[in-house]
Amino acid sequence: MSLEITRMNPHFADVMPQEYTDLVENGPFGRDFGARDLGSFKELFEEHPMCAGCNLSLAFRIIVASLPNPADTIMVGSTGCNSIAFPQLALHNVHSLFGNQNAIASGLKRGLALRFPDKVKDVVVVAGDGATADIGLDMTLHSWFRGEKFATVMFDNEIYANTGGQESGMTECGEIRNMAPTGKKFNKISVANLAIEAGCAYVAVVTTASPLKISKCFEKAVLVAREIGPTYVQIYTPCPTNLKLKSSESVSLAKERSKGTYQFREHVSPEAEEFLAARAEKTEEQVRVTSKDEEMHSA
Amino acid sequence: MERYRVVPGPEGYLPPAAALHGVELPLPGQGLVEGSRVEGRTAALAIAERLVSASVPTFFPGPLLLWKSTEEALERGRLVREIAREVGAKVIPMPDYRPKYPMIDPAVEINPNHPNLTIWFNKIDVGVFIGVHCHQANLALKIIRGGTSCFTVALCAHEGHEDANASLRDTDVASLTALLDAVRIVKQGGE
Ligand SMILES: Cc1ncc(C[n+]2csc(CCOP(=O)(O)OP(=O)(O)O)c2C)c(N)n1
Ligand SMILES: [Mg+2]
Repeated sequence: MSLEITRMNPHFADVMPQEYTDLVENGPFGRDFGARDLGSFKELFEEHPMCAGCNLSLAFRIIVASLPNPADTIMVGSTGCNSIAFPQLALHNVHSLFGNQNAIASGLKRGLALRFPDKVKDVVVVAGDGATADIGLDMTLHSWFRGEKFATVMFDNEIYANTGGQESGMTECGEIRNMAPTGKKFNKISVANLAIEAGCAYVAVVTTASPLKISKCFEKAVLVAREIGPTYVQIYTPCPTNLKLKSSESVSLAKERSKGTYQFREHVSPEAEEFLAARAEKTEEQVRVTSKDEEMHSA
Repeated sequence: MERYRVVPGPEGYLPPAAALHGVELPLPGQGLVEGSRVEGRTAALAIAERLVSASVPTFFPGPLLLWKSTEEALERGRLVREIAREVGAKVIPMPDYRPKYPMIDPAVEINPNHPNLTIWFNKIDVGVFIGVHCHQANLALKIIRGGTSCFTVALCAHEGHEDANASLRDTDVASLTALLDAVRIVKQGGE
């Protein structure tokens, strides 16, 4: 754990902005906070200038809170609405050229392995549906073919939201967008199926209607990517601004879709399954030991 | 050709890079004052004079100084605070390089992407960078020179900064101690 970077020089403690003091005293570095604890610790992603009701920012908040080891994580973003979120993030991150995110992450992950051979460094890609499934599909697929060990997260709002509403390959057939008035002429691309075919060890499809499911799937994706191979999490994040929804209506839409055309899916390779089962057993064992300790102390 | 002087701004949008005007980095043992190579001690005295005569001198310690608890960083931190006390300077940290849209809080922090906000807000007339990664310092120095009349100083641990109005190189505990001495000498009316 690289906690050295979160230790403050005491000669400047009195002039450090409150935000940083809070991050050191009550942030997630080196502590076991997760999405379940939101509201009780200082988050790495808090204020943001995104639209009211933005589901992308909600998903972003959840995954950042679910990082298993934030002190040793580097996130890679891509052009799109996520690039408005990244400047707020109190974590190392790289803004890549639109579509290049999985190529950048490949180099980064390999570079980190060479530079820090004795440390586990997690790399997480976060990009929109346009960046992942259209312009960056080549980079995305090839990183999976090569078996690059990092997690890829797609924020699927089924639109190029940041540039005003063009259709993407992830838009449903027949859907009309602000800048695609005649309606989409072909089916939504199944990137999840492509991911499985390309050899991803873990694949999940979730929506913002289930924050804890996002958290669980994302954590698995990071852990499996660390040990086994590439992973992919696709999160439905409807955009109230482009879809002209009231901010409160966008999560309702996610709820509705999660029961119909955006149902939860999970693919776990046999190797990943074995790894996750062993890990769960180890965690349970730890819990048993800890509660036994507590019993002994209270006795 | 007349020697190009790296004087305080405002130079306007996109101030020229001093290097393109032939300003070279100082050699070991030297410093830079307004783009000219001078002896390190001369540069320290020039910086001390600016600090002592400023209305709102301010130190901007960066991540390399704020987030390390090595012995060296601790000692450098102590010396920076001592120099700041000696000249009555503010200390406004640059804890990281996030652009933090729409705006940082200019009263308590500075950021390389819009350092002019902090300079304007606090009416800073002499700003000293230390412990900032070089490429981020270059960005901040150019923006400050572009949009403000603040005199900038870079206390660099590497080779110095030609876009600062004055700069030391290889700044370590010894050179900070020498700067503290220079400040005391200037306060007593010079050598
Ligand atoms: C190489 C390149 N091509 C095109 C663009 C213009 N552009 C910026 S954001 C964007 C769409 C982003 O869509 P998506 O990836 O779905 O992200 P969203 O904004 O929907 O979250 C495009 C086409 C760009 N910045 N760079
Ligand atoms: Mg999109």
